[in-house]
Amino acid sequence: MEVIFQRTKGLLDVPTHYCPGCTHGIIHRLVGETLEELNVIDKTVGVAPVGCSVLAYNYFACDMFEAAHGRAPAVATGIKRSHPDSVVFTYQGDGDLAAIGTAEIVHAATRGENITTIFVNNCIYGMTGGQMAPTTLPGQVTETTPYGRDVKQAGYPIRVSEMLSTLSGAAYVERVSVDSVPNILKAKKAIKKAFELQLQGAGFTMIEVLSICPTNWGLSPLEALKWLRDNMIPYYPLGVKKDITAGEAK
Amino acid sequence: MPDKVLMKGNEAIGEAAIHAGCQCFFGYPITPQTEVAAYMSRRMPKIGRVFLQAESEIAAINMVYGAAGSGVRAMTSSSSPGISLKQEGISYIAGAELPCVIVNIVRGGPGLGGIQPAQSDYFQATKGGGHGDYRLVVLAPSSVQEMVDLVQDAFDIADKYRNPVMVMGDGMLGQMMEPVEFKERKPAQLPSKDEWKADGLKGRKEHHVINSLYLKPEELENQNLKMQKKYAKIKNNEVRYEMYNCEKDVDFVLVAYGTISRICKNAIKLLAEEGINVGLIRPITLWPFPEKAFEEVIDKTKYGFMSVELSCGQMVEDVKLASNGRKPVYFYGRTGGMVPSPNEIADAVKRNIGGAK
Repeated sequence: MEVIFQRTKGLLDVPTHYCPGCTHGIIHRLVGETLEELNVIDKTVGVAPVGCSVLAYNYFACDMFEAAHGRAPAVATGIKRSHPDSVVFTYQGDGDLAAIGTAEIVHAATRGENITTIFVNNCIYGMTGGQMAPTTLPGQVTETTPYGRDVKQAGYPIRVSEMLSTLSGAAYVERVSVDSVPNILKAKKAIKKAFELQLQGAGFTMIEVLSICPTNWGLSPLEALKWLRDNMIPYYPLGVKKDITAGEAK
Repeated sequence: MPDKVLMKGNEAIGEAAIHAGCQCFFGYPITPQTEVAAYMSRRMPKIGRVFLQAESEIAAINMVYGAAGSGVRAMTSSSSPGISLKQEGISYIAGAELPCVIVNIVRGGPGLGGIQPAQSDYFQATKGGGHGDYRLVVLAPSSVQEMVDLVQDAFDIADKYRNPVMVMGDGMLGQMMEPVEFKERKPAQLPSKDEWKADGLKGRKEHHVINSLYLKPEELENQNLKMQKKYAKIKNNEVRYEMYNCEKDVDFVLVAYGTISRICKNAIKLLAEEGINVGLIRPITLWPFPEKAFEEVIDKTKYGFMSVELSCGQMVEDVKLASNGRKPVYFYGRTGGMVPSPNEIADAVKRNIGGAK
């Protein structure tokens, strides 16, 4: 019998803790496949965040660190500066990266730190049970915005990719989504390109991945995918925000 | 014989770290330690090593976490308010059992405090600082030369036990110039980092994870107990102190570390002229605290002990624990950047001896 699909060598053969329908599994796989295809598992060091993907260090086959909340880009900087020939990535959620870790991500980007960040945006703090994130949409109901996010009181959601794309040190920033097969394929292409650019020493690369949280959104996985398409993509438009290999941002 | 050079304390710290093989320095400016970063920014790139000015003390300590976890010798330095910011990172480093060196050139607090020398971070350094059951090894030099020697020792102790080590000097030590020599040192026999460092598999089968998260309480308790065993070993092996003027009978024993210990020695000379015999215990390791030094004089000292500090009485608690009710314990200190003269200390000694009579 011919094998047409199997586990990527970039991921270990272990059960994950993610909720049913969560798209972290897809994103993990895309990163794992990329590491395998680029033949860099052996020289890659990943940094896991605090949040739903805190245990990502148990799933990736490469060497891994677990960072304090928001500090993954600083930890990655310490690794990369010590071992410039290694491939270093951070895997962070929106609470981790866009709230408590804002300073670390902005400065890693502006230094042109030669690392890749996988930024998983699902508009909510998942692990702690569904509180408002910096990316929570206006009007969105969460545990700490029970009447919907009131921008007059709680401020506006941050578009991280657009913000970082203004920085000279950022080489490549793209926002993708994993809500459909075509979008998953585009996400894979973007993630692979980010790691390729790191291997070329291009500077800071980040792929923002729009993701779902059926559990804390209170929706079925299919409803959640629809919610992402109907609500997130209009506020967080997909596409390349910065690409030094293609001239300035479009 | 190596030449002596006149160096500012903060710059000597940088050079000592370079001699010790520090590969990465992550800094952030804050008075009175900024010269450490400035010195490293000049020297490190010239010898192919890493200097990076971080965006904050928080980022700097997390860069140390990354570098140390990937197996290289790494250091950061700061002063009191900046060290407060590093506490989160220090707790993670202690939890993940990573070796690194943290320098604190202490200024007055609390809050923004002042920029003059102080010792008011004693509690923070020796009793925790960050969250959780962990210990730093805390080394307290009293001269620029000793700072040079202890910074180099700090890297070895860190590697030997996989534990963060703090070198704590007051602002005076950072700012003053003294002659120093960088002695030839035999490389220490240290455990390999290959068993745990995470710098890429490079053919290794099992991936390495640098981590302090243990969600199962049994596992977290085991990790804590394992660390406690390590701390017990450090307590056995690494206690350092100096006894001064304690050979003969003493009326009274001062306990002081860092700059103020030198002023105490002058006070002891003044008191000797008046026929008052005073000794000094100078802790060099603040943790582990040199309790055994007290056993050497506990029967001899007629009136007990006096902790002399550039703070409002922090080390005095450890002095009381070491004396354990057997002899009276007094305290004298100035704070906020104020530094007492030998005469002020001598007067405090006389007041307490008088009171004890």
